[in-house]
Amino acid sequence: MTNNYTNRPIDQIIAEFKDVKGGLLPALHAIDDEYRAIPQEALVKLSQVLNIPVAQVYGVATFYAKFAVGQRGRNIIRFCESAPCHIAGAAKLIADMEDQLGIKVGETTLDGKFTLEFCQCVGMCQSAPVFTINQQPYYNVLTDEIPEILARF
Amino acid sequence: MDMVTAIIDGCGVEVAKGTTILEAAKTVGIKIPTLCYHPDQFIKANCRVCVVEVEGVQLLQAACATAVNEGMVVKTNTSAVRDARKTILELILAHHPQDCLHCIRNQKCELQTLASEYNIRDIRFDQVDRGLALDLTSPSIHRDPNKCIKCGRCIEVCERVQTVAVYSKYDRGFDVGVAPALNLGLGDVACINCGQCVLACPVGAIYENDQHDQVWDAINDPEKHVVCQMAPAIRVALAEEFGLNSGELQMGKIVAALRQIGFDKVMHTNFTADLTIIEEGNELLQRINNGGKLPMITSCSPGWIKFCEHNFPDFLENLSTCKSPQQMFGALVKTYYAEKSGIDPAKIYSVSFMPCTAKKYECARPEMNSSGYQDVDAVLTTRELARMIRESGIDIVNIAPEEFDAPMGIYTGAAVIFGATGGVMEAALRTVYEVATGDTLNDINFTAVRGMEGIKEATVNLAGTEVKVAVAHTTGNARKLLEAIRAGEKFYHFIEVMACPGGCIGGGGQPIGTINEKRQFRIDAIYEEDLGLPMRKSHENPAITQIYEEFLKTPLGHKSHELLHTHYTKRSLYPFSKEQL
Repeated sequence: MTNNYTNRPIDQIIAEFKDVKGGLLPALHAIDDEYRAIPQEALVKLSQVLNIPVAQVYGVATFYAKFAVGQRGRNIIRFCESAPCHIAGAAKLIADMEDQLGIKVGETTLDGKFTLEFCQCVGMCQSAPVFTINQQPYYNVLTDEIPEILARF
Repeated sequence: MDMVTAIIDGCGVEVAKGTTILEAAKTVGIKIPTLCYHPDQFIKANCRVCVVEVEGVQLLQAACATAVNEGMVVKTNTSAVRDARKTILELILAHHPQDCLHCIRNQKCELQTLASEYNIRDIRFDQVDRGLALDLTSPSIHRDPNKCIKCGRCIEVCERVQTVAVYSKYDRGFDVGVAPALNLGLGDVACINCGQCVLACPVGAIYENDQHDQVWDAINDPEKHVVCQMAPAIRVALAEEFGLNSGELQMGKIVAALRQIGFDKVMHTNFTADLTIIEEGNELLQRINNGGKLPMITSCSPGWIKFCEHNFPDFLENLSTCKSPQQMFGALVKTYYAEKSGIDPAKIYSVSFMPCTAKKYECARPEMNSSGYQDVDAVLTTRELARMIRESGIDIVNIAPEEFDAPMGIYTGAAVIFGATGGVMEAALRTVYEVATGDTLNDINFTAVRGMEGIKEATVNLAGTEVKVAVAHTTGNARKLLEAIRAGEKFYHFIEVMACPGGCIGGGGQPIGTINEKRQFRIDAIYEEDLGLPMRKSHENPAITQIYEEFLKTPLGHKSHELLHTHYTKRSLYPFSKEQL
């Protein structure tokens, strides 16, 4: 299940959205798909190619929890921080995940393999607590199942 | 016009359809509090402090964003409304540093005023210290993001009016902030230092780099000979700082106050405004007659210059090479004046009072040292001048007026109108016409270039040549004009651009509370001053004739080029670029 990022050049990705109306969000997704984050130089390139002030590009890129400006690990683990997951014991599971990875939420493992983040509700409250790794949701996870899940990456 | 009637707090009102409750209430003397609302901006409705009760609607409504409907019954002063407003204010204050006593906006803060009007005595919520770093990167404008109430007024003026767009909201929900891209400092992005965001900010989150203490230090230094110049837009606005109407403060009273503060010589930027007209007028005629680059664009406004360097580098050759009057003055004080008065220029400390925050950046440009020293040592805004006057305990309203020091304090009405949009154009036309044609102008009032309209055009017959001119104020209008020229849709010989709305009278260094309505009062006061002066054409200024005879010799001559003219730098629009920002 390891992602195969081709790390296509940013210029090449952004060029595809040059004349696309409302192209900023799809372009951010495309960059995020390749780089797992929005590198700083991509903000400037987006501003130039899409003719949007760089401050606005930054505003949009920071508004959405899915995007992070800067660098992230190769795989993004996101824990839902909404109420249903909280009630279902998300805090305990997050603490266990932090222990297993040796990092806190918001950090990236030293080998660059995982970044741990919070996100908003992913719409699977029936199976709370929920976390996602990249696009894949994991639900009803018990602490002792974590090593096996992480080993898949 | 379709009218609607409604009842607000028991008063019947009849207003045009589409009028908001806020505006309708004003017509019957009911004041609804506001924070994110700004009379020159779009409705934002994000602070919610203007909430009112509307009969038949369950939730409180934002008065700034709700139009009056036929038969609407509004209550603005119920206990539910007052409680809601208090809670909103407390929530905002819980995120706002409680250092009002030593805040730069103390007594000029919209949040503080509301906290007082609504008798906020304690705050029921935990105080949150956001712990954000101050932005001190710009020589002109500083920011304290901890004080930001996220109203978005700075974003709108920067983006919509100026089309500079350095600010944006970032993050979401609780964490939202307002900052330049990547949370960089204003000094690290393509900010033009116009300071319109300072005027737009309701609180103390954005403010000028206050340097008045440095000027006190210079005044207190017995080794230093401290001279000052003052821009034409100062007088009309300074009056407002002392409770007078825009035009009411006599120039002589400001001169007297500056002497009491301790300046050794009090002179006027108007002198070099007249000089600018001679140099720039001759430059224009030379460009027209010798096939030089046209249109020629004025270069007095340092906000506009930086905007052009960032956004229109292909127009840098169109900019007049004349320095701004401030920098001409600076270069002459440490050469001409030093020579004439036998003072060592190394001991001269040159202060400039400006309606402008961008002038602080301009005086620190590396090329502005043609006297061999930094030509202007410190630039203080109108607000900082008012601070010095208050700190000195001077009663400026009742002080006996005094005269400026000669010769760099002698000026004409043409220099005075530099303060208003269209003024430099009109002053130039008064002189260029007479120099080019040899005739005397019958009517020296070029009213077509006056007023608050964004872009103004006129045609003047100069000895057989139809000279087309245009005037733009705000860099947003300048952008429109330059894009039309670039596209080949428009042609002009001469263009005046001022970065700020209304010209310098609406500059980012002017008193807090500068809105378009006030700008118009100041413009009226400026033209009234011009009308009352005995000399109204720059080339009739005897001190200008004298400086050419004694020192400069000839317009555009060797000495002029050395001291009065400059060059410009292509700058990047983007951070992290290899080009200079």
